[in-house]
Amino acid sequence: MIEVRDLVKRYGDTTAVDHLSFTVEPGRITGFLGPNGAGKSTTMRLILGLDRPTSGSSLIDGKPYRDLPDPLRYVGALLEARAVHPGRTAFNHLLYLAQTQGVPKSRVNEVLALVGLDTVAKKRTKGFSLGMGQRLGIAAALLGDPKLLILDEPVNGLDPEGIVWIRNLMKTLAAEGRTIFVSSHLMNEMAVTADHVVVIGRGKLIADTDIEDFISQFSQHVVLVRTPQPEELTRAVTALGGEVTARSDGALMVSGAEAPKIGEAAARDGIVLHELSPQRASLEEAFMELTKADVEFHAPDGQWAVQPPGQPPTPVQDAVSGSLAAKALGGDDVR
Amino acid sequence: MSADTLTRATIGTGHAHFGRLLLAEWTKLRTVRSTVWSFVVLIVAVIGFTSLFTALTVGQWSTMQASDKAQIQLDPVPQILGSGLFLGQLAVCVLGVLIASSEYSTGMIRSTLLASPHRLRMFAAKAIVFTIPVFVIGEALSFASYEIGKAIFSGKVPTSLSDPHVTRAVIGSGLYLSVLGLFALAIGQIIRHTAGAITTVIALVLVLVPLAGLLPGNLGKHVSAYLPTNAGQQIIQIYPKNQILTAWQGFGVFAIWTAVLLAVAAFFLVERDA
Repeated sequence: MIEVRDLVKRYGDTTAVDHLSFTVEPGRITGFLGPNGAGKSTTMRLILGLDRPTSGSSLIDGKPYRDLPDPLRYVGALLEARAVHPGRTAFNHLLYLAQTQGVPKSRVNEVLALVGLDTVAKKRTKGFSLGMGQRLGIAAALLGDPKLLILDEPVNGLDPEGIVWIRNLMKTLAAEGRTIFVSSHLMNEMAVTADHVVVIGRGKLIADTDIEDFISQFSQHVVLVRTPQPEELTRAVTALGGEVTARSDGALMVSGAEAPKIGEAAARDGIVLHELSPQRASLEEAFMELTKADVEFHAPDGQWAVQPPGQPPTPVQDAVSGSLAAKALGGDDVR
Repeated sequence: MSADTLTRATIGTGHAHFGRLLLAEWTKLRTVRSTVWSFVVLIVAVIGFTSLFTALTVGQWSTMQASDKAQIQLDPVPQILGSGLFLGQLAVCVLGVLIASSEYSTGMIRSTLLASPHRLRMFAAKAIVFTIPVFVIGEALSFASYEIGKAIFSGKVPTSLSDPHVTRAVIGSGLYLSVLGLFALAIGQIIRHTAGAITTVIALVLVLVPLAGLLPGNLGKHVSAYLPTNAGQQIIQIYPKNQILTAWQGFGVFAIWTAVLLAVAAFFLVERDA
């Protein structure tokens, strides 16, 4: 179990991690989501004791990382940045790590075979591709057979085959009862692997929730309607509490009202419908909206500064973004 | 992949102890090429330049002035030891810097600190593991270069290990290299960037000494005497070059410089983000 308590990390004027608190429960995959620069890597480095927090703490089963006996037997970590000397062979890189933990040499060969690097074990890592480097990082993380894995963007830069491999590996490891804390800036990746998500933006917690709840909460429902009587339909939908936006091709995008209700209202009012189809915004779009709103919320007022004084700003809203942005702006309510 | 390959049975149990860190640092040291190359350069430079300079001296013997001959005959040991050490020491400087700075330039420090989060223990293990081969090779080279110089000088300049202070100077030459290695290691750890750290060490070892000589009078003499490598090289003198520090006092000053730098390096290692 990882407990992050009121963690803060500042670099000069920049606050990378801003009073962050969450818990990673054992025995499941917890996704750690946020756009690039949200503070995911920094948070992981703080948990792993590589960086010193400005304030707050992070504990692994009640202890700071540095107080874990033989930490690699306890926690396996894959960091985003390269952490290997290019002049050393894959085998020797893992060997010295194994020696610090009293892990036998045979285990080095075992993890090399596990990640499919056994044929290049004696090659210097200088010539390794990004994918091979990532596999070596996974091998190092698995070296001490840890119960807890902390993986920072493990699929970054991998080819589709590599992505599937990592995904299956994580599922296998989780099925063995291990705790996995994995960061990503790709929502769809998390939707297929994670049981739980912690979402941050600008170093702050946006959401800490079950993946199913997250998907249903943030997947926006929009209904596409085509009708020769747009005015009548707009009136009927507004009466239902929905919002209507006209698309340039003449279709109406309705949010805030379900398709059956719209159909019933149209039938009641005698409005002809040519099309009535629910559109499910992708999770990725939902996530982008969520985090974009967070970024907007914190952005300097430069965007409005170009407006002449006295004129109110006129933010542009489209059918999907409106209520989502509002939800995200509500910040902690999302939890 | 199957779950079988991840069984705990192959792992054993245990708790991190210092011996493991020593073993791991030894693995790190011996598995990169820069280590081998640095030691090869050290050996070739020390043996090569000792042979070259003593041979040149002997070659010009008949044309040399009597006062120069008398000076060499009076004090041949620094002549022999210093000629190889002057450039050979740079190999130790480079290796010392690299051992610390390459951790940062490659990002390896993250792997290292994840495995041994007690940073001071890791740093101590690294310093010990590096110093042992430098000391062993340094001592072997000192005795070898002394014997080579002695053989080349034979007939012209008599010298013997049993002469007063000669054994101390020869052993001291190896000790000097060992402390110099730690000196460079500390600077590499403080600066973290290989190029910057090597430049700094070479400036301190080679450039600062003639610069201090430009300072006027007594002040210049004192500043010069207390500079790290100037003080440290007193150990290879039979008759102290400057009258300010004796051989062991000079070596002590060098050791204090090194200890202070190591302490600063340790402080930054613990305080700064990896």
